[in-house]
Amino acid sequence: MPSLPGVGYSEEIRSLEERLEELRERQPSTAVWKVVERARNPHRPQTLDYVEHIFSDFQELRGDRVSADDPAIIGGMGTLAGRSVMLIGQQKGHDLKERQRHNFGMARPEGYRKAQRLARLAEKFHMPVISFVDTPGAFPGADAEEGGQAGTIARTLQVFSGLTVPTLSVILGEGGSGGAVALALTDRVYMLENSIYSVITPEGCAAILWRDASEAGSAADALRITAQDLLELGVIDEIIPEPRKGAHKAHRATAKKLARALEAGLSELEELSPSERRRLRREKYLQMGQVAS
Amino acid sequence: MNKYVTVQITQKGAVPSEPAAQGKHCPACGIPLTQEVLEESLFVCPGCEHHLPLDAPGRIHALADAGSWLEVAGEVRPSDPLAFEDVRLYSERLDDAQAETGLSEAFLTGTCRINGVPAALGVMDFRFLGGSMGSVVGERFHQLVLAAIDEHRPLVVVTSSGGARMQEGILSLMQMPKTVVALDLLAEAGLPFVSVLAHPTTGGVLASFATLADVIMAEPGALLCFAGPRVIEQTTREKLPEGFGRSEANLQHGQIDMVVHRRDIKERVVEILRLLEGGVICRLEEPVREDEEVLPWGSSPFAQAFARAKELAVASRGWLLGRDT
Ligand SMILES: [Zn+2]
Repeated sequence: MPSLPGVGYSEEIRSLEERLEELRERQPSTAVWKVVERARNPHRPQTLDYVEHIFSDFQELRGDRVSADDPAIIGGMGTLAGRSVMLIGQQKGHDLKERQRHNFGMARPEGYRKAQRLARLAEKFHMPVISFVDTPGAFPGADAEEGGQAGTIARTLQVFSGLTVPTLSVILGEGGSGGAVALALTDRVYMLENSIYSVITPEGCAAILWRDASEAGSAADALRITAQDLLELGVIDEIIPEPRKGAHKAHRATAKKLARALEAGLSELEELSPSERRRLRREKYLQMGQVAS
Repeated sequence: MNKYVTVQITQKGAVPSEPAAQGKHCPACGIPLTQEVLEESLFVCPGCEHHLPLDAPGRIHALADAGSWLEVAGEVRPSDPLAFEDVRLYSERLDDAQAETGLSEAFLTGTCRINGVPAALGVMDFRFLGGSMGSVVGERFHQLVLAAIDEHRPLVVVTSSGGARMQEGILSLMQMPKTVVALDLLAEAGLPFVSVLAHPTTGGVLASFATLADVIMAEPGALLCFAGPRVIEQTTREKLPEGFGRSEANLQHGQIDMVVHRRDIKERVVEILRLLEGGVICRLEEPVREDEEVLPWGSSPFAQAFARAKELAVASRGWLLGRDT
């Protein structure tokens, strides 16, 4: 502790500083929580913003051919560096009206069925699949449950496991649990610098394990949800850096970096044969996890 | 190295510390229940047919033929990859769960015979950290699938899980794609998978391997839900009807094939496997068409696919031929 002027107050200051330190320890590590806040920032670029900046000739394809079109997942085709690609991306919406229309990026079974349909379409015409992940989670509603939310997520994973075309996914903002990984069983997984990817929201984890939702900061630290954490844990391949002010303040510049990463990834994957791509993807996922033995 | 370890399953049902058994009253109808009655009835209340939790050893005892169980991947043990700490250390929670259950993890995997039919069997134990799926559950599932393929056995898995093992963070989430990929290998080997969903099966387990079975059966009254009623009510402020997310509702909404009383599960599983292998025999008898080898596809993929299908059919027939009757 630095020496303090005004000796008479030093004891009081010392105790205040100790109290502050105590409070700081109970507060979320600010660095991680700042990432959580950035990942959820409503001004952050979302799927449709990247469509605008990266895929100029985008043709949106809608509907699951069963019952509905889910606006929480946007799908369609566009061109990236000279080849057609299939894009499947979650969309949260920027303002309240948009967020309500897109159901805050929380997809229902029809959304995941649309993703399956488009992934199969891409396979049929040898188009790479690019998926953008940005969701707090799959929609937890009675209709979604009755429509088979769990099974539909499982079957979406199965479709992605079986693809032989190049597959790439990017965690744009919030990668929330099963609803996120459903679109991210891919050859390459990228995270934007200020995105998070987690098995449960920090708030949900705190409520269950700490029995106190206000411990979300501690949960965010413990869960290791930042891009750097996931890179270290071997779950993702690369971090896409954001402009210094953060993606929310620089849509175009972020899109440019993201497009460059996708192009590089695609070029690498296109060197492999279709069966080799699938074999390597499956091997990667079969090795996920850490056990003592 | 011998990867199989023999484990004696002598215990007939839940250990006495099992909370439902302790009360000695049916939680549904309230009639008094003794340990003997429960063991005799596979932990189903004789008064109201309410299905009480059945732990993994009890489950194996109920399904596997006596003396046929050989554990697979039992040496795969939990680690603490994130050095996770909430109000307690994850490593302590693991120690406690192991001490309380006598199990090393939430998922027991092995090979056995079910009414004479060779099978690869996995059973989850809800007592072990809520049957949550972490790296060990995923890896044991993977190795169980490999054993099934190796020995041409159908896969049967009984689930009971609260979802992902939060304390393993993203690595637990990755067990969803992992188990799904493992099932692709099983499917390519032409082997069937039957899942039995017990109360409760929720979250990441329901949203991965459990719902990818060729035939899905569930025990009566089991909660089978992705998000869980409490989360749904909190998020959407919907009032959920009685029986929401239960087996019977899932049957009604087309999500599962059948609801089966616990005492009938063994027989139903075997009957389903028998019917599925009947199809395999039929495919074997299909003649190979020579003209398919000259299709204008550079590598003649049709012919290759057919030859592969035939090869797989022959291989998978092993689980039929290996049975003693
Ligand atoms: Zn009863």
